[in-house]
Amino acid sequence: MSIAIAGDRARLPLVPRQLALVGIWVVLLAVPFWLPLLGGYTALAGRVLVFGLAAMGLNMLLGFTGVLSFGHAAYFGLGAYGAGLTLRYLVHSTPLAMLAGTLLGGLAGTLFGRLIVHRRGVYFAMCTIAFGQLWYYLAYSWNSFTGGFDGLRDFHREPIGFGWLTLDITGGGTTFYFFLLAIFAVAVALMGFILRSPFGRTLVAIRENERRARFLGIPVELHIWLSFSISCFFTALAGTLYALLNNFADPMALHYSLSGYFVIMCVMGGMRTFWGPLVGAAVFVVLQDYISSMTVNWMFFIGVIFILVVLFFPRGLLGIRQRQGTA
Amino acid sequence: MAQVILFNVTNGLIIGAFYVLMALGLSLILNLSNVINFAHGNFLALGGYLAFTLSPALGYWGALLVSPLLTALIGVLVERLMIRRIYNRDPVYSLLLTFGLAFVIQDSARYIWGPNGLPMGLPAILAQPITASLFFITWYRVFMVAVVIVAVIGLFAALRYTRVGLRIRAGTLDLETVATLGVNVRNLRTFNFAVGCLLAGLSGVLAAGQIGLNPNMGDDLLMPSFIAIIVGGVGSLIGTLCGGLLIGMAAALTTVIYPSASEAVIYAILMAVLLLRPRGLLGEEGMMS
Repeated sequence: MSIAIAGDRARLPLVPRQLALVGIWVVLLAVPFWLPLLGGYTALAGRVLVFGLAAMGLNMLLGFTGVLSFGHAAYFGLGAYGAGLTLRYLVHSTPLAMLAGTLLGGLAGTLFGRLIVHRRGVYFAMCTIAFGQLWYYLAYSWNSFTGGFDGLRDFHREPIGFGWLTLDITGGGTTFYFFLLAIFAVAVALMGFILRSPFGRTLVAIRENERRARFLGIPVELHIWLSFSISCFFTALAGTLYALLNNFADPMALHYSLSGYFVIMCVMGGMRTFWGPLVGAAVFVVLQDYISSMTVNWMFFIGVIFILVVLFFPRGLLGIRQRQGTA
Repeated sequence: MAQVILFNVTNGLIIGAFYVLMALGLSLILNLSNVINFAHGNFLALGGYLAFTLSPALGYWGALLVSPLLTALIGVLVERLMIRRIYNRDPVYSLLLTFGLAFVIQDSARYIWGPNGLPMGLPAILAQPITASLFFITWYRVFMVAVVIVAVIGLFAALRYTRVGLRIRAGTLDLETVATLGVNVRNLRTFNFAVGCLLAGLSGVLAAGQIGLNPNMGDDLLMPSFIAIIVGGVGSLIGTLCGGLLIGMAAALTTVIYPSASEAVIYAILMAVLLLRPRGLLGEEGMMS
């Protein structure tokens, strides 16, 4: 499932590639067994999966289409609020809440994407930031409906019934982790399928040389719009999982600093690689968890990490193998 | 009622003036260097805190002059040490860099000056209301608006009539050609960044007198400044000026009618502009793509 980037030189040979893939899934499946040994807790692994999925969704746009969104927290947060509001006000059903949240975030992204597809580079980024903050502001000030600054409480994930079988994910243990992992696996498989399809290859073509892609007759704006929309759907799905994970949705899930975290996850792991954002999310979540437990000045250290990654490590952990000049 | 409206109009002018100073600095840096400076609000806070620290020694007027210059000096250091390394890279890196920088500066300010708000002392003359009937308009408010007007006129005059201003304007349009003509573009960008930080520092000193100091005092101004730039039209400084005034006034006047919608209006203007006039009020076609 690893996707070739920038030509096939970045690609591992077939057998090691398959081995790496098996390795990733074994590590993810075995989390409940090895994480406690290292002093971690399963909810931390859940957070890695959720943020990893959000960052991988963003990376479809950032790494594979070459379009810079710095506002993806908006769709993540809309997913979280969509799921939370559904559970609280409408229906006590986990699948419906996930559907509602994903649709809310995804459709908001689709509509907004239409307005900004002609922008490029930092201007595109600036529009996404400003639009993202709109939702933060809305969740923050619509106190009676969203819980305002304190966040949306009073909802919790519900057991899922499959007719004869009921999956009880309400506990904090491994069942919910495997539920998250299953959703993650389906989403990631779909993402891999999209990126390997002719459509996905066209996105890479646009990233590599937009003008040439245009001369080849590719409708560039349409592709960027679709890529933006699909990416928002994935990030919104991750947002719904975030709400389920915490039984809580807060305005910080919509804030542009979270957008920045998603982007640094992609860059840290390697934004030209398929699995990079997951690796970046793991590193970032663990670092943040560790630093904020050590010092109240955690913002300083997070900021320093951003600066160091940009200045000295721009191609990310999985990007080291790649040739220079793509950064 | 007339007083309420007058009160909010002056408020709008003042808020708009802050948006304008912030947004002009951001816009200068964006136009010449293609960098969105997330840390701009933190340079504003730095300017305020420096004035707070310096005013016992230099007095208010001295601090008002010196601390924006010091902020600009810090800007020079930051640009030389970090930002100039990423000019030729994908814009994602400049965003992440200034984003990290914002965290570092904000937390450093919190560490040095403490997390709680600090009051900024003002000279007695500025703290008085101008007349008894207009008790809500202090001389300080008039003074702030006057300083901003002088700064903005000074900026535009410098860009129009000085050699370095000409180079900045030319560089905005075509940096490569400017470099080919023998201009030291590296120094030009450093200088331009410093001017942006100078404006942020100046707004910081002014804002400190109005709302006091706290480590994230610039954060609330950052997003409206982005919106002012988009609304006014990327690439046009006059547009940024109009955008800042427009959203400042709109927000303040909405406060008269329906206070809790004052921020919503800013976003409504943003959406309207993106829908109806994507290049912004005074933006050039193609400048944003």
